[in-house]
Amino acid sequence: MKAAVLKKPSAFYDKFERKGGAHQETTHYCPGCGHGNLHKLIAEALTDFNVADRTILISPVGCSVFAYYYLNVGNVQAAHGRAPAVATGLKRANPNSIVISYQGDGDLAAIGTAEILHAANRGENISVFFVNNAIYGMTGSQMAPTTLVGQKTTTTPYGRKVSNEGFPIRMAEIISTLEAPVYVERTALIDFKSISRTKRAVRKVLQNQIENRGFSFLEILSPCPTGWKLSAPDAQQWIRDYMLPVFPTEVFKDTTKDAETLQYSHREYTDGEVLDVLGLSELGERKEVTKEFLDNFPVQNMKIAGFGGQGVLSAGVVIAACGMNENLDVTWIPSYGPEMRGGTANCSVIISNKRIGSPLTTKPNVLIAMNGPSLDAFEDDVVPNGLVIINSSIVERRVKRKDVVTLYIPLTEIASNLGLTAAANMVCLGAYLEFTGIMDYKLLFDVIPKTIKRKNMIETNIKAVEAGVQYVRENAGKN
Amino acid sequence: MQRELIKGNEAVIKGALMAGCSMYFGYPITPASEIAQAAAALFPLLGGTFVQAESEVAAINMVYGASATGARVMTASSGPGLSLKQEGISYIAGAQLPCVIIDVMRAGPGLGNIWPEQGDYNQIVKGGGHGNYKTIVLAPNSAQEMCDLTMLAFDLAEEYRNPVVVLTDAYIGQMMEPVEFPRSRKKVKRQPWAVHGDAESQGNLVSSILMNTTLLEDHNFALQKKYEKVAQENTRYEALHIDDAELILIGYGIVSRILLNVMQMLRDQGKKVGMIRPITLFPFPQKAIADACEVAKKIMVVELSNGQMLDDVKLAVQGKSEIEFYNRMGGAVPTVDELLEVVQKYI
Repeated sequence: MKAAVLKKPSAFYDKFERKGGAHQETTHYCPGCGHGNLHKLIAEALTDFNVADRTILISPVGCSVFAYYYLNVGNVQAAHGRAPAVATGLKRANPNSIVISYQGDGDLAAIGTAEILHAANRGENISVFFVNNAIYGMTGSQMAPTTLVGQKTTTTPYGRKVSNEGFPIRMAEIISTLEAPVYVERTALIDFKSISRTKRAVRKVLQNQIENRGFSFLEILSPCPTGWKLSAPDAQQWIRDYMLPVFPTEVFKDTTKDAETLQYSHREYTDGEVLDVLGLSELGERKEVTKEFLDNFPVQNMKIAGFGGQGVLSAGVVIAACGMNENLDVTWIPSYGPEMRGGTANCSVIISNKRIGSPLTTKPNVLIAMNGPSLDAFEDDVVPNGLVIINSSIVERRVKRKDVVTLYIPLTEIASNLGLTAAANMVCLGAYLEFTGIMDYKLLFDVIPKTIKRKNMIETNIKAVEAGVQYVRENAGKN
Repeated sequence: MQRELIKGNEAVIKGALMAGCSMYFGYPITPASEIAQAAAALFPLLGGTFVQAESEVAAINMVYGASATGARVMTASSGPGLSLKQEGISYIAGAQLPCVIIDVMRAGPGLGNIWPEQGDYNQIVKGGGHGNYKTIVLAPNSAQEMCDLTMLAFDLAEEYRNPVVVLTDAYIGQMMEPVEFPRSRKKVKRQPWAVHGDAESQGNLVSSILMNTTLLEDHNFALQKKYEKVAQENTRYEALHIDDAELILIGYGIVSRILLNVMQMLRDQGKKVGMIRPITLFPFPQKAIADACEVAKKIMVVELSNGQMLDDVKLAVQGKSEIEFYNRMGGAVPTVDELLEVVQKYI
C-alpha cells in the first residue's frame, strides 16, 4: 500500500506574510470555523487543476476579508456585497482568468442581494462560494439574513422574530430559479462525509468555469463557534439540529451537461477599422476658404422652430454642418428646459467666424418659423433688420414687426408638390442660402447625403433645396 | 483633417475609444443616457464590453473589477447616480485604481429635475465618499473638449492611478459642435500592479484595506503627496485678457461660454474685463487666480450652484480682491443679457 503524503497545496502561501504579526503559519480564523476548511478545499482544487496562476480571488467584507493572506493567486479585495459586480468586471476584462467570488451571508444575501442575483442572471462565467453561518461573524455576531427564527444575536437579543425580521433567506433555492446559472448546490462543513461532498462541489464549481460553462454557485453551511458561543463540536451539531432543517443540502440545479460552452475571442483592431466603426474614415481634408470669406462672414444667430416632425432640428444640423465645412465655428443645440415654449420644437444654431460663446440664441438675426406658434413665440426676439422666414403654407398671419426683413414662402406646399412634405425644411434652407448669399446653396448637396438617414429620401431632399432656390429667384422682391 | 459635427455626449465615447478604453459599465439616467447608448452601439464593434448594470453601485464596482486588470474602463452618470457611486469611487481611490467617470450634471437636490446645474461640484471635487481622497476633475466647455478631456482623463488616471471625473452639464452634453478626432487609437500598456490572471501577476493584490494604523496612515499621507504632485503638474485653466483686467470673471462649463460673450461685449466697449476658466476643478487653479488678483480689483464668480466653487475662489483670493457672486439653480441658466447686466454693476 502506498502511503499518501499530505501537504499544503501550492495555491496556499507557505507563510502568510500579509497577515503580519508573530504567527504567520496559522490563519486568523477561530478554532472550529469553516473558512479554513473551505480555503483548503479551494486551494487544493486550484492546485490540482493547475490554474492557480490564472485565478483571481475576490475577498469580501467579513471574516474572509483576509482570504488574500492565504491563497497564492491574484487577489482583489471588494466592498461589502459588491464582489459579484467586481467579478463581472474582472472576468469581462480577462475571460481567460478564473474568477472566484467568495462571500459571506451578510455580504451576499443582504447588502449585496442585487449584485449576486444579477451576476447570476447574466450567467457570468464565475464561481461563487457562499459561506452561510447564520450570523455576521467579523462585525460582532449581529443578525444575518440567514439567521434562524428565534436565534439570538447581538442585534436580535431576544431571538429573531418573524414579525420584526422576517424569515431566513434561502439563496441557493432563489438562485436556482434563474435561467442562466448552470450549477447550484448547498453543502455543509460538519463531518468527514459533508466535507468530502463539499470538496466534490468545490471542484465542480471551479471545473465549470475552467470549461467556460457559466455561472456556478455553492452555498456552504459553515460553523461559527465564536459567533454562536458554542464549542467546535457543538457548533457542528448545531448545524445538524437547526440549520439543516431550514437549509437542506442538495443540488438544486445542474444543467452543466447541456450548457453551451462560452466562446471568447480577442483581437487587435487596426486604426483603419477603428475609424470605420467610428464613422471617421471618410471625413476628408478640410476645405480651403479665403481669408476674405472668413473675415467678412456675417454671424448667423439662428432660431429654427416649428411642429415636431417638420424637421426643424435636422434643418439646424444641416445648416450648421454647411458652416463647419466652410471652416466656420458652429454650434447647434435643441430647445431645452425653460427655453422650450409655445408647443414648438426649436433649435439654436450659431454660425460664426469667431469663437462662439453661449450656444443659445436668445436674440436671433435669423428666425425660421415653420408654423404659427413659432412666429408667435419668437417674433419679438428678432433683432432689428433681422431676417424672418415664414412658412406661408401654414402660418396664417403676417409678421407684425416693421423693422425686420421678411421672406414668405409656401414651404410645405412646394415640398408636397415634390411628393415629400417632410422636405419643407430643405426647401427653406435652399431659399435661405439663396436669399442671403452667405454661403453657396450647393454646400447643402454635400451635407444632405451624410445627414439624412433614409437614403431613398436624399434625392427628393436635394430637389427640395433646388425648389427653394428657384422660388427665391422667381419671386425676388415680391415679398 | 475635417471635423465631425457631433454631440458632446457622443464625442465622449468616440474620444474614449480612441484613448484605448475597451470597457463601459453604466446605468441609464437623464441627461447622461446618450453616453451609455453611444457606448452600447460602438464598444461591441471594437471587441469591447458594454454592460448595463443592475444599479449605479454595481456599475462602479464592475469598473473597479475591470480596472484591477489594468484595462481602460469608464462609466457615466448624473448627480443622483454619482451619489450612489461614491462608495465605489472611495474604494477605487483607496486601492489606487485608474478609471474615468463622466458626470453630466442635472439639478438637485433629490430627484430635482433634468436641466443643467453645477450642484455636484462639492460631491465630485471635494471627495464625496468616505476617507481622505480626491478625484482629479476635468471640466470641458465644448464638444471638442468633451473628446479631448475624456482622452486626457484616461492618461491622467493611469499616470496617477486615480479616478478622474469629467464634470460636465446637460448643455455641453447636448450641444453639437465640430470635433476633430485623433486618427490613431492609443495602445493600452500592461500595468505591473494589475491582476492579469497569469503567473507574472500572481502575487499582486488590489485592495484598500490596511488594518495596521501606521500603514494606513502612511498610505493616506502618500495619497496626499500624490494629489500635491497632480496639482503641481496638471493644474489647467484658460485665462483671457487677464494682464490688464480690473474685473475677472470666473466660471466653468456652460457658464464659461456665456461669460465669454459678456467679456467680449464689455471689451468691445473698452472695459478692462478678463476671464479665468478652470479646466481642472481639482486641482483648482488657485495660483492663477491669486496672481490675477495682483492687478484685478474685483473677481466675479458665476456658477449654477450655491457657492460651491465660490469657496475655492475665496481660498485662492485670500481677501486680496473683492469677490462678487452670481448664481442660478434648479435648472435655470442665465442669458448673456442677464449676466451682462449683473457684471456691468461691478465695473
